[in-house]
Amino acid sequence: MEINDFIQHFAEQFDFTDSGEFKADTVFKQLDEWSSIVALSVISMVDEEYGVTIKGDDIKLSDTIEDLFNIVQSKA
Amino acid sequence: MDYNPFSLEGKTILITGGAGGIGSEVARVCSKLGARIILTDIREEALTMALDTLSKHEGKEHLAIKADLTDADELNGLVTAIPEIDGFVCNAGVMKLVLTQFITEEELKRIQSINLNAPILLTRSLLKKKKINRGGSIVFTASAAGVYRVSIGNAIYATTKCGIDAFMRTVALEYGHKGIRCNSVNPGMVETALISGFTEEEKEKEMLNYPLRRFAKPEDIAFGIAFLLSDASSFVTGSALKIDGGMTLS
Ligand SMILES: NC(=O)c1ccc[n+]([C@@H]2O[C@H](COP(=O)([O-])OP(=O)(O)OC[C@H]3O[C@@H](n4cnc5c(N)ncnc54)[C@H](O)[C@@H]3O)[C@@H](O)[C@H]2O)c1
Repeated sequence: MEINDFIQHFAEQFDFTDSGEFKADTVFKQLDEWSSIVALSVISMVDEEYGVTIKGDDIKLSDTIEDLFNIVQSKA
Repeated sequence: MDYNPFSLEGKTILITGGAGGIGSEVARVCSKLGARIILTDIREEALTMALDTLSKHEGKEHLAIKADLTDADELNGLVTAIPEIDGFVCNAGVMKLVLTQFITEEELKRIQSINLNAPILLTRSLLKKKKINRGGSIVFTASAAGVYRVSIGNAIYATTKCGIDAFMRTVALEYGHKGIRCNSVNPGMVETALISGFTEEEKEKEMLNYPLRRFAKPEDIAFGIAFLLSDASSFVTGSALKIDGGMTLS
């Protein structure tokens, strides 16, 4: 599992946010476009791309994209 | 005073999803109202545990039968194994939140087969094999979802519950002349394993949509189902009973 791939998949769940905004240390819940719908997309993306089931609580516990990546990696 | 038009004395009632939060509570409430219970579920251990919690009556043993309702052989086996019944609570169901663009055919088929196909096929077999007595009552656990409102990520589930709503009304129309009634209860959020996917934060936010400021307890739903099973509802058929704390009012 590659963090850069993860960041790219993560970014694909957004429509308006500039792709340059997405880095490992991006605090994603502070992005204007972040919403509960995007959160649901991220959960499905993780299932589809990595075959890993994460929950709303895993997102709640993550501040940065890398935090979430680490959770996904630990469950893979 | 033994006046009780809601009594289920002398009735035998089949409950699917009987090991779950709502199903097991329906079984407890109905057994207290005097019914003999036949519980069925795919989860054997939880089923036995639920059976142990029922109020016992002399000479009327409750039964628990394990069956996967999405398997045709197991469904037919269940129908053959049970005696004639006066009530059928069609309640087993699953939910998964997923945005429309992430729906897979596999998940669509899985959820439909439990929530929609199994209820239709089981009802068919019970009617065909004449297992439901005259004066009998069928109750589906549909949902506020689909029938009264839709919400984000819940397309498949809501669609299956709309299907149940149409099926419920059709059965009511077709079997009224045989004295068989058919209705549904339509809960909002109920505190069971089914909604364990939501975070506490999400639940708190959702609760603001409930004028009564709480979600249902399984008992709230069980009482509605017990009413529809009892002779107190003898003239009620084809109805969808909202039990949602007022959630769908606005
Ligand atoms: N909990 C809610 O908020 C809520 C709201 C509206 C409607 N409902 C409906 O109420 C019903 C009961 O749900 P619950 O809240 O008690 O959930 P639950 O998960 O506690 O119970 C559902 C039961 O169905 C059983 N089941 C699943 N697949 C099966 C299969 N293939 N064959 C046989 N049994 C199977 C499960 O083992 C489980 O015991 C469902 O139809 C659900 O859609 C629930």
